[in-house]
Amino acid sequence: MTVRDDASQTDVRMDDDPRLRPEREAVVGSAGRRRGPGRGERLMVPRAEFRSYYGLPVLNEPTWEAHDIAGYLFLGGLAGASSTLAAAAELTGRPHLARAGKVGAVCALGGSMYALIHDLGRPERFVNMLRVLKVTSPMSVGTWILTVYGPQAGLAALTSVTGRFPRLGRIAALGAALTGPAVATYTAVLVSDTAVPVWHDAHRELPLLFAGSAVASAGALGLLAAPLEETGPARRAVLVGVVTEYAAAKLMERRLGPLVAEPLKRGRGGLLMRLGEALSLTGALVSQTAGRRSRGAAALAGAAVLAGSICVRFGVFQAGMASARDPKYTVEPQRARLGEESHP
Amino acid sequence: MAFDLDRGLAETQDPAASSGYPDPPERMGFFTDTSVCIGCKACEVACKEWNAVPEDGLNFTAMSYDNTVGLGADTWRHVAFVEQPRGLGGQESGLTVVDVPGPTVERAHTRTPVSLGMPASGPGDGQVGGVPDMDFRWLMASDVCKHCTHAACLDVCPTGALFRTEFGSVVVQEDVCNGCGYCVPACPFGVIGKREDDGRAWKCTLCYDRLGVGQEPACAKTCPTDSIQFGEVEELRERAARRLAQLHDAGVGSARLYGHDPDDGVGGTGSIFLLLDEPEVYGLPPDPVVTTRDLPSMWRHAAVAAGALLAVLAAVSWGSRR
Amino acid sequence: MNPFERLASWPLLRQLTGHDPLGRGAAVKSARTARLTARTATADRVVKSVCPYCAVGCAQNVYVRDEKIVHIEGDPDSPVSRGRLCPKGSASLQLTTASGREHRALYRPPYAADWQEIDLGTAMDMIADRIIATRGETWEWESDGRRTARTMGIAALGGATLDNEENYLIKKLLTGLGVVQIENQARVCHSSTLVGLGTSFGRGGSTTFMQDLQHSDCIVIEGSNYAEAHPVGFQWVMEAKARGAVVIHVDPRFTRTSALADLHVPIRAGTDVAFLGGIVNHVLSNDLYFREFVLNYTNAATVVGEDYRDTEDLDGLFSGFDEETRHYDCGSWQYEGAETTVAASGDRDEDYGRRTDQGSSVSSSGRGEAHGSGGVPLTGTPRRDETLTHPRCVLQILKRHYARYTPEAVERVCGIPQDMFAEVCRNLVENSGPERTAAFVYAVGWTQHSDGSQFIRAACVLQLLLGNMGRPGGGIQALRGHASIQGSSDIPTLFNLLPGYIPMPHAHRHENLEAFLRADAAEKGGWADMRSYTVSLLKAWWGPAARPDNDFCFGHLPRLTGSHSTYDTVMAQLAGTCKGYLLLGENPAVGSANARMQRLGMANLDWLVVRDFSLIESATWWKDGPETKTGELRTEDVGTEVFFLPAAAHTEKSGSFTNTNRMLQWHHQAVEPAGDTRSDLWFMYHLGRIIREKLAGSTDPVDAAVLDLTWDYPVEGALEEPVAEAVLAEINGWDAEGRPLSGYGDLRGDGSTACGCWIYCGVYADGVNQAARRKPAEEQDWIAAEWAWAWPDNRRLLYNRASARPDGRPWSERKKLVWWDEEAGEWTGYDVPDFERTKQPGYQPPEGATGFAALSGVDPFIMQADGKGWLFAPAGVVDGPLPTHYEPQDSPVPNLLYGTQRNPARMIYPHRDNRYHPGPGEPGAEVYPYIVTTYRLTEHFTAGGMSRNTPYLAELQPEFFCEVSPELAVERGLEHGGWATIITARNAVEARVLVTQRITPLRADGYLVHQIGLPFHWGPNGLSAGDAANELSAISLDPNSHIQEVKALSADIRPGRRPRGPALTELVSDYRRRAGITELTGTEV
Ligand SMILES: Nc1nc2c(c(=O)[nH]1)N[C@H]1C(S)=C(S)[C@@H](COP(=O)(O)OP(=O)(O)OC[C@H]3O[C@@H](n4cnc5c(=O)[nH]c(N)nc54)[C@H](O)[C@@H]3O)O[C@H]1N2
Ligand SMILES: Nc1nc2c(c(=O)[nH]1)N[C@H]1C(S)=C(S)[C@@H](COP(=O)(O)OP(=O)(O)OC[C@H]3O[C@@H](n4cnc5c(=O)[nH]c(N)nc54)[C@H](O)[C@@H]3O)O[C@H]1N2
Ligand code: SF4
Ligand code: SF4
Ligand code: SF4
Ligand code: SF4
Ligand code: SF4
Ligand SMILES: [Mo]
Repeated sequence: MTVRDDASQTDVRMDDDPRLRPEREAVVGSAGRRRGPGRGERLMVPRAEFRSYYGLPVLNEPTWEAHDIAGYLFLGGLAGASSTLAAAAELTGRPHLARAGKVGAVCALGGSMYALIHDLGRPERFVNMLRVLKVTSPMSVGTWILTVYGPQAGLAALTSVTGRFPRLGRIAALGAALTGPAVATYTAVLVSDTAVPVWHDAHRELPLLFAGSAVASAGALGLLAAPLEETGPARRAVLVGVVTEYAAAKLMERRLGPLVAEPLKRGRGGLLMRLGEALSLTGALVSQTAGRRSRGAAALAGAAVLAGSICVRFGVFQAGMASARDPKYTVEPQRARLGEESHP
Repeated sequence: MAFDLDRGLAETQDPAASSGYPDPPERMGFFTDTSVCIGCKACEVACKEWNAVPEDGLNFTAMSYDNTVGLGADTWRHVAFVEQPRGLGGQESGLTVVDVPGPTVERAHTRTPVSLGMPASGPGDGQVGGVPDMDFRWLMASDVCKHCTHAACLDVCPTGALFRTEFGSVVVQEDVCNGCGYCVPACPFGVIGKREDDGRAWKCTLCYDRLGVGQEPACAKTCPTDSIQFGEVEELRERAARRLAQLHDAGVGSARLYGHDPDDGVGGTGSIFLLLDEPEVYGLPPDPVVTTRDLPSMWRHAAVAAGALLAVLAAVSWGSRR
Repeated sequence: MNPFERLASWPLLRQLTGHDPLGRGAAVKSARTARLTARTATADRVVKSVCPYCAVGCAQNVYVRDEKIVHIEGDPDSPVSRGRLCPKGSASLQLTTASGREHRALYRPPYAADWQEIDLGTAMDMIADRIIATRGETWEWESDGRRTARTMGIAALGGATLDNEENYLIKKLLTGLGVVQIENQARVCHSSTLVGLGTSFGRGGSTTFMQDLQHSDCIVIEGSNYAEAHPVGFQWVMEAKARGAVVIHVDPRFTRTSALADLHVPIRAGTDVAFLGGIVNHVLSNDLYFREFVLNYTNAATVVGEDYRDTEDLDGLFSGFDEETRHYDCGSWQYEGAETTVAASGDRDEDYGRRTDQGSSVSSSGRGEAHGSGGVPLTGTPRRDETLTHPRCVLQILKRHYARYTPEAVERVCGIPQDMFAEVCRNLVENSGPERTAAFVYAVGWTQHSDGSQFIRAACVLQLLLGNMGRPGGGIQALRGHASIQGSSDIPTLFNLLPGYIPMPHAHRHENLEAFLRADAAEKGGWADMRSYTVSLLKAWWGPAARPDNDFCFGHLPRLTGSHSTYDTVMAQLAGTCKGYLLLGENPAVGSANARMQRLGMANLDWLVVRDFSLIESATWWKDGPETKTGELRTEDVGTEVFFLPAAAHTEKSGSFTNTNRMLQWHHQAVEPAGDTRSDLWFMYHLGRIIREKLAGSTDPVDAAVLDLTWDYPVEGALEEPVAEAVLAEINGWDAEGRPLSGYGDLRGDGSTACGCWIYCGVYADGVNQAARRKPAEEQDWIAAEWAWAWPDNRRLLYNRASARPDGRPWSERKKLVWWDEEAGEWTGYDVPDFERTKQPGYQPPEGATGFAALSGVDPFIMQADGKGWLFAPAGVVDGPLPTHYEPQDSPVPNLLYGTQRNPARMIYPHRDNRYHPGPGEPGAEVYPYIVTTYRLTEHFTAGGMSRNTPYLAELQPEFFCEVSPELAVERGLEHGGWATIITARNAVEARVLVTQRITPLRADGYLVHQIGLPFHWGPNGLSAGDAANELSAISLDPNSHIQEVKALSADIRPGRRPRGPALTELVSDYRRRAGITELTGTEV
């Protein structure tokens, strides 16, 4: 069957002078009364600083659920860094710490995979992630990273728990250790590679923040699970991690500028960030003091740092959501950018 | 990284050609000239009817005549309504602001202020009077997916559900999409959305199926005043420029184009607009940038962070024996 | 797919091996995507159709696959719509195929709490029994000593959404049954148009067609919200605009039309006569009229008799007014010299009403509408003064009449600043004349007033003075409402008309055919042939039974005794005389004025039949109507027996719609109707068949008319659907041999021809369905004469003789349309000339000539008895020969021009449930201080049955709202987005509040007038439910056309939702008490 179409400009005029304009060239207001100079389109009210469409967001709010995706960010970091710490512990002769890391990693990985799949609108189509490898898609890249990392981490944990195939286990542990950092940091790219102002504009600092947070949480896990005599690396990891996390957060806020950083300081995002920082710093402090001596204190410190890390991820997540919800975070920086361009 | 991502991302203006179509047809798209839109919403309905998009809620918004609010999974064409105390070319609105008697205003002050619910609305409570002959215009604009030259939604889609067609448009393949939702925050225009009940992402397809049989998109076809013009993007871009000049000559100084510039943050769009006010007034971002433009930098920073992580953990383990 | 293939189709592999390494295009395309095709391309067939919503008549392509409609979109071939559709047209797939429709026949026994399903055949049988029984009980051979041969016990309402063929069968069967109360939406919509245009020009249809607007240099849209109510037609305004036209929108509100206009002129609702009169005054007092046009083509030179007294002399009244009956005797308005002017209404038994003490008489029976095609009959040769200086010549009378309509007066009355008024005048005058033309476009913003006919008359006067009639880019575009409302006026399901605007006979006067023709036929002009039209109609209806010796069965026609309009029917229902009601596609419980009274009337019926797509308010009021909520009605007390029969949609039946261009367009059946849904053609045909079978053999003279009807239409298919084309063929008519006629010129008054509607004669010429012609627009010129068929005689632009000078040459090259071709000796041009083809411009009628031959070569208005456009109407308009400003029935503003506040001849219906408001200055007036105006939205359709059940439309405007200015919001404390309650003496409604600067307060002579805008589409049923604006309106009518006043009424508004239950009734009566309203309030002359 043939379909005829696009006759929307049928020439049905009295005379077909080609100079006659089609209707789409109608100029509304062209025949109004002559007006004084500047009168035609002048604004009656001074241009407000910021304008929007009924205050509605420009962006569509991410559909991601906080517990899924923020949880995923945290668990991915914990898993990745734990694998690395575990291998290092194993190589430096800290079997308990190593086992804790391996098992922790695989649990975190499981949790993160659950969260990821759970958040899909069509979980049964998860495998479609493997249709392609898109370097432009952090989620695709991440999926492939997980595909490489996951079995190794699993094997490492399995061998470690069962004690069988130790050589294989060691190779797997090393493999997981080397891919772990990618697992821990790609999630920063995952959220940065969006139009969400807080996430996108923080794309330089966010990997560092996530890395720091991951290191801290891996260390914290170690503090929780390993005997005191093996927790040295964990303690140090907590310290470095927390400091990095904190510093990256501050850098990030500076970079975002007063406006876009707002959601990181106020509202639910701000609250979580503050809480996270406080927990992490307290945990780090305790770990370096009482945690050196008391198993209980170490565990407490570990728990605090873990909680802090969770809070920071959720804080970043919530701040991003808030920045997507309010059009000013989208419009004002873009306006400012345009302003810069026109008056350099 | 195996590809030169920077180069890969800075595609040519021929997105179809750089998406694996050796000899693609002309790039097709829209020129939506909002200055002749009558706000009838036929485009919204025709789109829904053709694409079987579900009705998405009966909510009275009090946002002028807009009750569908914005683009999303269940609204692929959306008509915005903006009431402004500002003139349009030589148009005379004939509207006035009348002095409200003092006592009335006094009484009004004792009540909660009346929200006028429009951007940059006219005189607020107590400010009535003083402007007998009010400038006014009512802007209507039909918004749609921009079919960006550099489309973030497409870039970030992990499954390849979003893909570039031979016409240069960006389309979701409903059999592939697994509802990861990544495309939603990636789009700098807030276009694509995830449908609650079916879990997948949906947006304008530029009527890919119709284009395939030589028909124009349903929305453009139905538009009573040809506000939505469909055609080859190159030609539309020229037409838009001509139209802009025409309106400027006629004194409609507020007319401007949007999405026409190949050098903008998304490499120009396949849906060009003629607007009568700043984009944000219509809910459009003034200077959108495709997020993946910064992706190489992101990967680099991530790589550095990953390296640091590795190094730190090594250091803390080997650095001391305790 | 084997594993290898599956691997090969793995996009990742394609990515690595193909041209799409980043995996963005070709590599990731799925197999399903590759197979994708449009369902337009895979359809089994495309069926040509027409949009069922509005009178623009956009052409549709209906795509069918596996006997299911899969898609509907615009047909690009149409010269009217060019493939485009508005949101309603675009939603017609959902209208016809989605869940909003009811597919079962339903029955509600008296006093029952709910519906029960019923077999369709049983229902048909029961309905036939009810009709026969009620008719028997209420049969009336005579009334007041005159033969009426009718039943007043049955009424029907609806028709504007139906096909012409369906309207034809409704009118034919019900008239055969003696039912006179047959009405449709045309009454409430555009009836005043027929009067206004008909008396002025000779035909009541839009004088031009929408596409021609592109040639206009100035378009004044007033009383119409063109862009919203006729969106696809609006493209022709944009075409004109693109070519430099000035577009002016005169409207109380700044609408989507205003948004695209050059100039929006806010006007106080109900004051257009003052505004237009002001322009007339401007034109006359500055000698700006188109002299040559006016002199030759209008009755400006005609001298009016000495007895005439103007409103100038009588403070707002014309001579001949009888205070008691509120009627004018138009004897004193007659032309001088035409010693016997047979005036349509004036000559009628003025004393009848008095004699019968009935108040309503022929002059209140809507005779004016009979000018839908054919002006007022007139005899004699009126005296003329070619110098236009005689003090009693029409032009001078006009000058005096409008002298007080100064710019200051316009400002005071309408609230329009003088500079803005001057701007309108300037644009209009500058764009009129030989080289340029200006057009007026209106719709129900003008028609729905208690002097609505005069609103339209005022525009006619102005356009005649400016010389804009009959010329391209000029004219008066009456934008009709429903898809076939023009058709349901042409083939009228209206009480006072027979097909083709032949008036229904009156009891006391038209005893036989001769008397009927003598009273109504003109000697001159097109109406002189009324005998042919009438006899041919009688032949079409009663076939062989109609013989010369029995007056062609003229006696079978039931007779009128006054006004039997839909509003009179409501009163009759309340009074208990009307017992049975057929609702054939109309929803009065929402759409008609004083909706509450409509429901109370229905609650008093014995039986009610509703045919519709869905369970509209008019079908369900007995169980969930507002009165069941206030406790005024209890379902178990309501004795009305209700039948609901689901109707087939436009895609499920064949037939023709007549659009606002007077153009008949055929829509073809695409699929069979499902379930119990049937076409109205099916319903009427089989109802008639069953009734006739039941009555067969009856010798009772009561049954003769129905048994004599020709009723043998062929049927087809399993559902026995009557063949619509066979009905069209009857409408077109045939000669004695049964050959289709080719035009009304073929009609004879001797019984040798039969024709169901003379103005449609030619639509089936050569046995070809001309309405189904679809020659693509781009294969013809802009007139597109071969797209469908327009009455009369396929002319598209009426009175087009006027596009040439008196000598036959075009006024200008730019504006040429039809001209005299000296060589060929005939009129020629782009359009079919609206003139005798070979009548020379210099032709002078011989003494004693009749019919067309009596008109000269310079008489372009060929249906007028004098061939002239009527500036002054000596007859035909019952409330005055010249439009005069009166205030609406319920107005908070005094009439600033005359001592007469309201239209003195308006029709009012004082009743407990229909109270009016005190006039300005009277005590209690301040209780209802604001002006409500009601209107439509693009997104909804009329009473909402076709949009509130359609999800895609309902979501666009989901709730009933009111539009108010920020000033009023401040004054009354209304909150944007909140709720408000609006109250009149009739009822109160609640609406969401939209505060907007688009509604501007107006200053009217020191009064600050606030207006409240209310779209009238809502009712309690459907997806999007809300109160109906018509709860507020009163029944007060234009005396010519019986159209209700719903465009301007006073009211109060206050914040918050309305009370529920009995408290609602209390609120309304409390207001009434405060305003001191009695049965006399607002009823004074
Ligand atoms: N979308 C849509 N289209 C429709 C319909 C529909 O329901 N919805 N209905 C169809 C039908 S049945 C009809 S009859 C037509 C009607 O078409 P329109 O007549 O255009 O419809 P309305 O909105 O009732 O009235 C038109 C305008 O008259 C203005 N008005 C009110 N009072 C006055 C007055 O006193 N003077 C002047 N100058 N203006 C006044 C109103 O503000 C409104 O803007 O539309 C048809 N088309
Ligand atoms: N306040 C106020 N009141 C008004 C107006 C106004 O402007 N203001 N406008 C007036 C005007 S102009 C009009 S025309 C009326 C309209 O008022 P109505 O005619 O009462 O309103 P509609 O909703 O069009 O009703 C038509 C019904 O016919 C049904 N229908 C459609 N097609 C068919 C068919 O083929 N067969 C059958 N059997 N049914 C069918 C539809 O579903 C719908 O329910 O309202 C009038 N009332
Ligand atoms: S990024 Fe947004 S606007 Fe651009 S193609 Fe994707 S959905 Fe459309
Ligand atoms: S939701 Fe669907 S279309 Fe969007 S990114 Fe995920 S897979 Fe792609
Ligand atoms: S192009 Fe097609 S899918 Fe896109 S908005 Fe228009 S109708 Fe909808
Ligand atoms: S773009 Fe066209 S179809 Fe859409 S609202 Fe505007 S005029 Fe109507
Ligand atoms: S409702 Fe009227 S304007 Fe809209 S598509 Fe139908 S016929 Fe055309
Ligand atoms: Mo109507």
